Amino acid sequence: MFFQKEIETMNRKDLEQLQLERLKWVASYCYENVKLYHDKFDRAGVDPYKIRTLGDLRYLPYTTKEDIRDTYPYGMFAAPMKQIVRIHASSGTTGKPTVVGYTKKDLDTWSDLVARLCAAAGATDEDIAQIAFGYGLFTGALGLHYGLEKLGTAVVPTSSGNTEKHVMLMKDFGTTTLISTPSYALYMAEVATRLGYKKEDFKLRLGLFGSEGCTTEMRDKIEEAWGCFATDNYGMSELMGPGVAGECELRDGLHFAEDHFLPEVIDSATGEILPEGATGELVITTLTKEGFPVLRYRTKDITRLNYAPCACGRTHVRMDKVIGRSDDMLKIRGVNVFPSQIESVLMTVPQVGGHYLLIVRRQGFMDTLEVQVELIDSSLLTSYTDLENLQKLVKNKLHTVLGIDVKVSLVQPNTLERTTGKAKRILDLRKEGEEKAGK
Amino acid sequence: MTIKQLSAFVENKPGRLAEITEVLHESNVDIRAMSIADTTDFGILRLIVNCPDKAEKALRDAGFTVSQTSVIAICVNDEPGGLHHALKVLSQVGVDVEYMYAFISREDRSGAFVILRVGDEETALEALRKNNIKLLAAESIYDM
Repeated sequence: MFFQKEIETMNRKDLEQLQLERLKWVASYCYENVKLYHDKFDRAGVDPYKIRTLGDLRYLPYTTKEDIRDTYPYGMFAAPMKQIVRIHASSGTTGKPTVVGYTKKDLDTWSDLVARLCAAAGATDEDIAQIAFGYGLFTGALGLHYGLEKLGTAVVPTSSGNTEKHVMLMKDFGTTTLISTPSYALYMAEVATRLGYKKEDFKLRLGLFGSEGCTTEMRDKIEEAWGCFATDNYGMSELMGPGVAGECELRDGLHFAEDHFLPEVIDSATGEILPEGATGELVITTLTKEGFPVLRYRTKDITRLNYAPCACGRTHVRMDKVIGRSDDMLKIRGVNVFPSQIESVLMTVPQVGGHYLLIVRRQGFMDTLEVQVELIDSSLLTSYTDLENLQKLVKNKLHTVLGIDVKVSLVQPNTLERTTGKAKRILDLRKEGEEKAGK
Repeated sequence: MTIKQLSAFVENKPGRLAEITEVLHESNVDIRAMSIADTTDFGILRLIVNCPDKAEKALRDAGFTVSQTSVIAICVNDEPGGLHHALKVLSQVGVDVEYMYAFISREDRSGAFVILRVGDEETALEALRKNNIKLLAAESIYDM
């Protein structure tokens, strides 16, 4: 299903021409309207009016989250407040939130792009969509809300919290589409089971999951729990919110809205641009945004781009599911470990639940990694041997994937933290240890 | 003639056992016998209660991983050699004991009660019966 078929299937030559025109516009627009960019261009000795090809993108300065923080709250707004009609902010887990603004045109584009990804995932105007993201400063809920409305879907803005009520409404309203984080979708399924509901009580057929990473294995688990088709989409408030990229029904990568976003992949350590198909940090330039344009924004998300045409007919570049964040990457005894790798192993072990917590410690000069998982299979309680074998099985599977030894701890069900937003799955105690050792 | 034992998964953390006993208390479940072994990370709490089905449901609803296992309960003379006699019978027919725990009752001062989880229940029951070792019926334990 297409929402804007002509653009989504545009031949690449025309698309690249469109991107070049828009890149020229956004570079000069940023230079003229945002002091930070004016200074960055001048310092680097780059003339924003001399862009000739898409390859010239490499001369443009990078933008980081710190740039946005340093100019808090409105320093990077390119349009005057008179034209700004909406302000959002990131969750701001550390320090001040990052604040973004939208003009009327930005909001219009945003809802188009969300409608695009929802249609690509299979949503239609016949669907009833329940949005279980928290409404408020977070872009997820309102982004999906207006996009789905534009598509003609009936939107049920349940917001987050009160999971029992969510589940009840899902049944009573005959909800067909669920919008949430993948971990919350799993939690809702647990609650539904606990309340005595059966899969057949629900009409859910489609899930649009985002805001945190979702491995294929986790997706399979959600699909099994709900009996629905689950798709992944990608976005972040600094770029717009949801709508930047999303899976089509073939689920072979997430299609970028390439007429509005220009992606690159770089080596996050050196800043060097990587060749097509290489894995590295995703960097994105917004091509049409007026309120809050960004040039070469360092997303810190690790992925890979695929320019091969997709069987669905879309010509826009696809990105792989995000493997992890460059700053979520754990370095354990010199080995790079992404939480998503651990997640994909755990999802293949039905005796344990879908939630997990990774605890990193330093003992002497050695890093240790503990993986806590919830034991859900009660048939293993006959003997300690069965439980120890399960621990060994998980440990061996993790060793195969990660190449390091980890400690596997079984914990009671429902004891690991559940969140309605992004799940916190890492507890790195190494710094505390160092401080203590230094005292 | 077997009885139902509950097995519950318990993390080795302060307060975890009390969470379980709280659920049992609130559901008005009476504990007849119990056993728990200590390991580094977790334990399996074994319980004989007056109403196993109700207790299992209460624990499951409270979010615990819990299951029922069938075990044998015997009554041996509370005197030197009493337990030995029963175990010898089992060893002679080649039945292995996975775990066991004992308790005594308020009324019957002459006997001690032993809960046994064995590898081969059929063979064990047959051998115990043949040697006149007193087996306890489920009801007699639940109503104790």
